[in-house]
Amino acid sequence: MHYFIFGIYPYIALSVLVIGSIARYERDPFTWKTSSSQLLRRRQLVVGSVLFHIGVLTIFIGHLFGLLTPLWLIEALGISHEAKQILAIVVGGAGAAAALIGGFMLLHRRLFDARIRATSSTMDIIILSLLMFQLCLGTLSIFVSLQHINGSEMVKFMEWAQAIFTLDPRAASYTVGVSWIFDLHIFTGLTIFTLFPFTRLVHLLSGLFVPFRYLFLRPGYQIVRTRKRAAKQAAE
Amino acid sequence: MKVRAQIGMVLNLDKCIGCHTCSVTCKNVWTSRDGVEYAWFNNVETKPGIGYPKDWENQKRWNGGWERGPGGGIRPKQGAKWRILANIFANPNLPEIDDYYEPFTFDYDHLKSAPEMEAFPVAQPRSLISGERMEKIEWGPNWEEILGGEFAKRSKDYNFEGIQKEMYGEYEQTFMMYLPRLCEHCLNPACVSACPSGAIYKREEDGVVLIDQEKCRGWRMCVSGCPYKKVYYNWQSGKSEKCTFCYPRLESGLPTVCSETCVGRIRYIGVMLYDADKIADAASVPDEKQLYDAQLDVFLDPNDPKVIAAARAEGVPEDWIESARKSPIWKMAMEWKIAFPLHPEYRTLPMVWYVPPLSPIQNAAEAGMIAAQDGMPDVKSLRIPVQYLANLLTAGDEAPVVSALERMLAMRAYMRSKTVDGVVNLGVAKRVGMTPQQIDEMYQLMAIANYEDRFVIPTTHREVVEDAYDLRGGCGFTDGNGCSSGVSPGKLFGSRKFVTPKEGWQ
Repeated sequence: MHYFIFGIYPYIALSVLVIGSIARYERDPFTWKTSSSQLLRRRQLVVGSVLFHIGVLTIFIGHLFGLLTPLWLIEALGISHEAKQILAIVVGGAGAAAALIGGFMLLHRRLFDARIRATSSTMDIIILSLLMFQLCLGTLSIFVSLQHINGSEMVKFMEWAQAIFTLDPRAASYTVGVSWIFDLHIFTGLTIFTLFPFTRLVHLLSGLFVPFRYLFLRPGYQIVRTRKRAAKQAAE
Repeated sequence: MKVRAQIGMVLNLDKCIGCHTCSVTCKNVWTSRDGVEYAWFNNVETKPGIGYPKDWENQKRWNGGWERGPGGGIRPKQGAKWRILANIFANPNLPEIDDYYEPFTFDYDHLKSAPEMEAFPVAQPRSLISGERMEKIEWGPNWEEILGGEFAKRSKDYNFEGIQKEMYGEYEQTFMMYLPRLCEHCLNPACVSACPSGAIYKREEDGVVLIDQEKCRGWRMCVSGCPYKKVYYNWQSGKSEKCTFCYPRLESGLPTVCSETCVGRIRYIGVMLYDADKIADAASVPDEKQLYDAQLDVFLDPNDPKVIAAARAEGVPEDWIESARKSPIWKMAMEWKIAFPLHPEYRTLPMVWYVPPLSPIQNAAEAGMIAAQDGMPDVKSLRIPVQYLANLLTAGDEAPVVSALERMLAMRAYMRSKTVDGVVNLGVAKRVGMTPQQIDEMYQLMAIANYEDRFVIPTTHREVVEDAYDLRGGCGFTDGNGCSSGVSPGKLFGSRKFVTPKEGWQ
């Protein structure tokens, strides 16, 4: 089971994530959207959504850099694992607090507001519940990490995550003996990855690219499309 | 000079009877689907009133349109690009559906399925969003129809600015007019500028503003960006939708559905040539009252040989230039100056224009006292305050509205003396600065309003832009997923696909 979660499941999850997202973007772009429900009910959304998104993005970026910054680079920069562990706990804890408060506001709204409940898909409810479950697990794991303040547990996960991306077959062996909370946290995380292309979460990918395109690649404000140019290019 | 062609519309409010045929036919064609029941791409409001959605004209509240920055440039009123992105998690300027109205149906089935009861069975309202019973319907798409509701509420109308409005609450002083509204297909659209995905665009060939349904991600910034609140978020599909100017019809030379079905023949559609290089300057003139004139400057005279040569060089088709010469929009907006843009102060340079309505003279006793020169009463004695119309159409500048109303009165006086007395009244024509020929032409276009005079629409030249070879076996209007009509039993990616209006109410 340990080998499945840490050795095989990551590849399944990442493959489904990448291939599924590309397939959806290519085959069914009409379904690629944020599914905002702000129009139907503003109450609880404005505060909830802002807190949730800022919290989740902080955690997401923290995980991304925390896990995937190569170990030699960390050492070359002279950052001690203990300092990094403390940074992760403080920033991650703050992010988790924001995301939990916001997330519970959104979940409450989704489940108990008649309009939102009626217009939610099953997947909307599943994915939000799963995210909240994952946030709770992540918050609990802080207490485990506090017992390993020197960062030793964290290094295990960094080795594991980097082994996954460098196709190291020993990946699963790096995390033997970690707390069950981490097992469950990783499993849930990978499950979210797997479900990603089939949920509204895909708007995250647009959200990452949109600011760049809107701010830097689009001159001015207006967009004019012509059909003539397309025809000219086709003729060339 | 960068010559572009734009299909524009003029609505002659003087002839609008408020029958809502335009709204209903538009709804049947475009928005009879889940998720947009509340959306009316075309609606008719009774003015004065706060309108649909509530208070839409009040940009202090909704922050739609553009504003002029300290540097002299313009930026969306809801904020420059970075500000819009900062609001992406929750848009503070977005109306809630209750600001439009909660869409509802009635329990019609109860009328025939009810058991034997003492009281007659009634069909109670039910929300189309949650499916729950609604105690009471609080608001609808046309709640203020023909001055419905208290004056205190209706008088929140933004166009009362600068008017002593209390007196218009009195029965003797009251006034009303109809205002049919649709997307303005602006030259400087604020919705386009607000879209982070770049899904909204203006078509170069005919100026129609459209939303690419496959690129729209539902960031909903266009809804708040549009000062006319004519972009609607489809809560079912999660995409924004708007009036398409019935582009499939326009492309074949047919008028839009709202225009085609207008029983009052108040709508006109035609081509305007304009200079795209002038748009930025015209939209950023410092004085709001100058915006109307600035927009007139953007338009190019289709009879000017220089303009024609430039248009040809830009690839504007010959029949489009010819149509621009015959354009009813050009005549009404530029030659006679009787049509005006709706709220030019939003700086969007709208392209659906309005002829202000005449109204009865304030009261009969006064009518006799007024020195009606050449059979023409003073415009100031009309029941609808000129300032009100000016706030609606010229950012508060009364002079152009007065001139337009006088010309319309002059047309009536002139034609009355011509047909009743058999006298050509040159004096009245001269007084409003028009020739008898012009008045005859105006009468022909506005009073007779023949179909082929109202709608001068050149067809799209698909042979220039498309290869017919690629169109073989094409399927026209779909969501792009092959020829699928969008209904497939397995839904891998969760949500429903595009629902055609025909499938909508099944």
